[in-house]
Amino acid sequence: MLEIRNLVVSINNKQILNGINLTVDAGQVHAIMGPNGSGKSTLAYVLAGHPSYTVTAGEILYEEKNLLAMAPEDRARAGIFLAFQYPVEIPGVSNAYFLKAAVNEIRKRRGLEEYDAMEFLELLKEKTRIVEMDPALMNRMVNEGFSGGEKKRNEILQMAVLEPKLAILDETDSGLDIDALRIVANGINKLRSPNNAIIAVTHYQRLLDYVIPDFVHVLFNGRIIKSGGKELAFELEAKGYDWTKDRSETTQTEIV
Amino acid sequence: MGSNPLIRDLTSREYKFGFVTEIEADAAPRGLNEDTIRLISSKKKEPEFMLEWRLKAYRHWLTLVEPKWASVHYPKIDYQDIIYYSAPKTKSDGPQSLDEVDPELLATYEKLGVPLKEREILAGVAVDAVFDSVSVATTFKEKLAGMGIIFCSFSEAVRNFPDLVKKYLGTVVPYTDNFFAALNSAVFSDGSFCYIPKSVRCPMELSTYFRINAADSGQFERTLIIADEEANVSYLEGCTAPKRDKNQLHAAVVELIALNHAQIKYSTVQNWYAGDKEGKGGIYNFVTKRGKCLGKNSKISWTQVETGSAITWKYPSVILLGDNSVGEFYSVALTNHRQQADTGTKMIHIGQHTKSTIISKGISAGHGGNTYRGLVKILPNAAGARNYSQCDSLLIGNQCSANTFPYLEVQNSSSHLEHEASTSKISEAQLFYCKQRGISAENAVSMIVNGFCKEVFRKLPMEFAVEATKLLSVSLEGTVG
Repeated sequence: MLEIRNLVVSINNKQILNGINLTVDAGQVHAIMGPNGSGKSTLAYVLAGHPSYTVTAGEILYEEKNLLAMAPEDRARAGIFLAFQYPVEIPGVSNAYFLKAAVNEIRKRRGLEEYDAMEFLELLKEKTRIVEMDPALMNRMVNEGFSGGEKKRNEILQMAVLEPKLAILDETDSGLDIDALRIVANGINKLRSPNNAIIAVTHYQRLLDYVIPDFVHVLFNGRIIKSGGKELAFELEAKGYDWTKDRSETTQTEIV
Repeated sequence: MGSNPLIRDLTSREYKFGFVTEIEADAAPRGLNEDTIRLISSKKKEPEFMLEWRLKAYRHWLTLVEPKWASVHYPKIDYQDIIYYSAPKTKSDGPQSLDEVDPELLATYEKLGVPLKEREILAGVAVDAVFDSVSVATTFKEKLAGMGIIFCSFSEAVRNFPDLVKKYLGTVVPYTDNFFAALNSAVFSDGSFCYIPKSVRCPMELSTYFRINAADSGQFERTLIIADEEANVSYLEGCTAPKRDKNQLHAAVVELIALNHAQIKYSTVQNWYAGDKEGKGGIYNFVTKRGKCLGKNSKISWTQVETGSAITWKYPSVILLGDNSVGEFYSVALTNHRQQADTGTKMIHIGQHTKSTIISKGISAGHGGNTYRGLVKILPNAAGARNYSQCDSLLIGNQCSANTFPYLEVQNSSSHLEHEASTSKISEAQLFYCKQRGISAENAVSMIVNGFCKEVFRKLPMEFAVEATKLLSVSLEGTVG
């Protein structure tokens, strides 16, 4: 589904990603872990097409197509979804209206008929249950006056409505209390299927207690320095990131 | 944000209504003096009192200087370089029905989206179309006349209902009011007149479509609407003008009078040519609009959507004279490219327990400058008066500006005033968020702007609300990369 080859990315002439290689297939959940400033969020943004980042080398193939040539809205319509770390507020536009516009853009692309107001409200009611969200929140403006936890839940609700093929979760667990984390994680698990894939970017292993990854990658200084199965997350939690850093230095020395 | 790829400087958007109609015009020579005014008055076959009034206004105008207090900038206007009267030449004295109207003229309206005939049948809107200075066709007149409603061109009203005109003309906006009102009083060439008799509720929205066609001609129309006791009327005004390199002056006056228990709702969608993206050409829209709630429990409501004109200078106001009378002002003003707007309202509370509401939404994009200027004045006798004002500004990009100048004068202690203001900006983060959900930047801007204007659009008659929404999207085209 997704193939990242030797991706080099910079922002304001500062290189953040130094050659990322990653392959994600349908049905898989990949966790990207790493300390602050390692480039995790940059990777998420680049996949979504954020204009502030410049790709200076490498390529990304999404369903055999050149992802980097696609505009952000085209990527979204093609099934890429980013759950934002800091979802923005959009005053004056209600959640329901916003989400209906979004889902219909995506349905148009998929050759499906657009939802009318009644069908959409029915769908929305059903999806709010997945994240145990009060449907009344849908009449409020997008994220306006939402608590941190509500915003994160709202992201997963949007994911549920838009049914992406590739969902990128950017620190969706940060700022959530234990109960909210459980609800959000359950929501994510309900959306897992053999047809879609998830890339979960996270600091901690705690989200991964609920959303069990197939692969864990450690990102450090803009490179994936270690990959493994779900047990790698536990190892990291126990030993800290320094342990992998040391290893990567030795590995590099050996190569040299 | 300016260097940002998402919100970039503005690209050109073509003015959709910028075509010129080739019609032989019967025009006055360039310039203004007493002879010009006599010529206009005689062309219109006006009674003596009208000419006298015009001349008084002209003489007063000569003593005035152009106001400079508004936050707008433009080169000096040469008032001697304007053609003050221009009428499409007709073979007879004037069209008696639509069939007699110049087909090319009708085609112009077609392009504007005001097909008179279709509107007659489909929309049930009586349109008094002002083409340059002469009303070319007035529809539905007979049906309205059956109810005692007078809806005709101003010229006709002067000839056919001189007593009504004499009684009310200049009672809300006297010719001494300001520079542009004085100029209009001297040279106004046409406009609309409307009288709703006692206890009559006008069964349809009355509508005027203004359009400036001839080059270098100023348009000085004058509108007078009188709602007698317990009468009720909703009036729509739409404006467009063709595309020209030179700036054109538009100095209109609108007077509304509401007697006891009467209600007038006046809605405007203004889309005069705004000039090109460098600010060349465009209409100077210097307009005086004012209503007088003369009777108790009367209500006057202004709703305006201003998307056009190079410069907009207008303050639709309400004088709340009758006890318990209500004044409302709902406004959306959009400035893109090099457009400038200095607009707002005045609510003058004189009667007891008078109420006013002001909702102003200013949107600036490109290099646009948008100023809200409003006065709420509560006089000593206006016991228990109330005002609520809300002024919101929305910025798109970082080269535009927004100002708010609220003036509040309260002269008694039993009144209640509230003022809220906010300034927000469509951020790059918001746009990216929308795009990431599959919504294009243009749709996102349109969605955010429409959300921002919702409170005002809700006040527009249905068909106008749809038009305003579309117009806003068209006006915003190219504001984001």
